[in-house]
Formats: sequence, C-alpha cells, structure tokens
Amino acid sequence: MYTQALNNSEAEDRGIEDAARAEQFQARIDAEDRIEPNDWMPAAYRKTLTRQISQHAHSEIVGMLPEGNWITRAPSLRRKAALLAKVQDECGHGLYLYAAAETLGISREELVDQMLAGKAKYSSIFNYPTLTWADIGVIGWLVDGAAIMNQIPLCRCSYGPYARAMIRVCKEESFHQRQGYEIMLTLSRGSQEQKAMAQDALNRWWWPVLMMFGPPDSASQHNDTSTKWKIKRFSNDELRQKFVDATVPQAQYLGLAIPDPDMKQNATTGHWEYSAIDWDEFKQVLAGNGPCNRDRLAARRKAHDDGAWVREAAAAYAEKRRYRQAAQAAE
Amino acid sequence: MATPNTPLWEVFIRSRNGLAHKHVGSLHAADTTLALQAARDIYTRRGEGLSIWVVPSSAITASDPAEKGMMFEPAESKIYRHPTFYDVPEEVGHM
Repeated sequence: MYTQALNNSEAEDRGIEDAARAEQFQARIDAEDRIEPNDWMPAAYRKTLTRQISQHAHSEIVGMLPEGNWITRAPSLRRKAALLAKVQDECGHGLYLYAAAETLGISREELVDQMLAGKAKYSSIFNYPTLTWADIGVIGWLVDGAAIMNQIPLCRCSYGPYARAMIRVCKEESFHQRQGYEIMLTLSRGSQEQKAMAQDALNRWWWPVLMMFGPPDSASQHNDTSTKWKIKRFSNDELRQKFVDATVPQAQYLGLAIPDPDMKQNATTGHWEYSAIDWDEFKQVLAGNGPCNRDRLAARRKAHDDGAWVREAAAAYAEKRRYRQAAQAAE
Repeated sequence: MATPNTPLWEVFIRSRNGLAHKHVGSLHAADTTLALQAARDIYTRRGEGLSIWVVPSSAITASDPAEKGMMFEPAESKIYRHPTFYDVPEEVGHM
C-alpha cells in the first residue's frame, strides 16, 4: 500500500539498456522467476522498486506516530500492551522493508535522509490526526485492513527480497486488524457516547482509507510497467473494490453506517458501489497540505536528531573495542 | 558530526531443536552485542527462535548468479547420482 504515489515507473530510462538482456529479464519475469539482488535488472526496475520499497518503509515508520499518540492514554492495560506491541511491529516492518530496499544498492542512511528532507513520500493516510481512542480501532480495522489487501499480492512480487519481507509483514498484520476490530466491537456495544465516538471515527477515516489504494485506474498512467514486471498484480480500483466488499458486512455487524449514503450493492455483480472519491483532497495531502504533514515530518526529524548521540556513542564504543582487541592481539 | 554508516549484519535463526539456522534477513548495528539484541527485537517478537547467529554481511562471499551455469554444471550432468536413474524390478518392491 503505501505505494500510491509511486505508480510512476521510470520507463523512459529503458532505452539505454541492452535489449537482449532486457528481453531475457522479461522472460524470467513471465516465467514467474524471482529476481534476486545480484541478478541483472533494468535500471528502471531497480529505480521503481527502490522508490516503492523505501516509501513503503517510510510509511511503516511514520505510521507509528498516529498510533503512538494513544499509547499513554489507552483505556486499559490490555489495550495498552496490544497497542505497544502493534507499534513495535510497525517499526519492525519498516526495518524489514529498509533491508529489502538496501539490497538494490542504496544505503539506509540515504533512505532515511530522503525521508527527513521531505524528498521521499509515505502513505497519505498517516497525515490524518488520531483525535479519539476510536481512531485506534479504525486504524487497525480499516487502515491495516487496506494495507493487508494491498500487501497480500505483493508477497508474490517479482523481486525476491520484497516478496519475502511482505510475507513476514502479512503474518503479523493480521493481529493488527483483529485488535482494531475488537476495539470497534467494544465501543459499538458500549454506551451511546462510545458508539457515537466509533461512528465519528469511521466517518472521518472512511474516505482517506479508500484513497490509500491510489488514484483511479483511469488516471494512473504508469501502471503498465509495474504490472508487466509483476511488481503489481492488481489495479488500484480492483483492490479498492475488494476492500469495500470485504468491509461493508463488517461495518454492518458493528451496527455502524459507512458515511456514503448512496452506496449500494449491485444485484448482478454483488459488488458494493461507492460514490465518487474527492481526489483533490488526496492530491492536497500528497502535496504536503494534509492536516498533519508538517507535524509528522517534524516528529521524525526530532526523533532522528535526539537519537544522534546514541548512534555516535554506539559507533565510538565499537571503535574503542576494535582498537583494544587489536592492541591485545599485538601484545 | 557525521556518524559513519552503521555496519550491515545477516541474521540466521534456528527455530526449533534439530533444525538448522536459517537466513531470515539483515539489520544494521554498531557491534556484535547490539546486532544480537536488534536481531532478537526485529526477527523474534513471536517466539520464532531458540538461537540467533549474526554475521557481518561483508564476511559473506557469494557465487555469481550470472555464472550459475558453469558453477553448477558438474551436478547437472550427473543424473546417475539420483536413485531414479537405476531400474529395480517391480517385484522387488520399494527400495
């Protein structure tokens, strides 16, 4: 997921490649072969994946912020322990993904710098605020639900390290979605105020969650290359529809209303047809003008700066021990 | 002050007694102690392991995938190394 801004494969770079090698490469992809780090690959494939995987990693890291906001205010110890574990998982997911991106020949430090400099994107969804405890429920249920929908096909992505990282991520993500749904269930069976809080959270998150799947197929011009390279297996609209179809009955079970009064089920296809999405809002958020864009980057920069002494101390200590060991060996 | 890039480590985990350590991924850490602790936090949050190895990535020598044809040719051409190469009459039963 988290890959919505990156439907632009740099197809224009391909002209310079050795045509025969590119053909062999495509034959491997067509045969469902996995591409590994030391294999030859077109420069545009490398570039597209580096960007997609690193933006996915940044999303996991920035995604810790909206939820971290509620760790100290979780309503019970059980909820607090679960939320803490979930946020720790998101960090782990970021690290698996950074490691996968690094196999393409870029350093961790460069990737982090790109994010801190505001040059790299992350998922638009994390630029929305978590105003109430119910938002934590909705994030687990819908944001992680949407992420799972997008990540399951990525487990079969043509690039081996990315596919393997996704398998680990998907295994862990299921707990996230269930804990979110449990929060929603508790709230929707609680007092009037709790139920209203759950409905309010759903109202605020529904449309931004649908935007997570990226621009409509009619508007995204670069899907072809990613599809041809088997980085992407389903189109944005296909995944969005799958997500909506899976979510509507879950909302009904909670007794909550999806904030789309015109939504109706198509009797022939069985699909739930949703109203038009406000793509201007999506563009604004991607352009840096969402409710929390500045906050999120500022928080990441502060964490990076505040942690500088730890990185320096660890490097200095490792250096001192190397020096001592070398001195002892020389005696 | 610019801190040097933190070294990369490959992580291997043995999930159960009797199984071999298996490569699970990589991480960055300044030294062996931190690498082991980070490996525990990143790769074994759900009891995935009984034992962890961390190896500096720079210490690994890898074969070149472009030369896999030549590299593995000795095995490709020796089908008589496989049991199915040999005919055993059906009456003899499973062997």
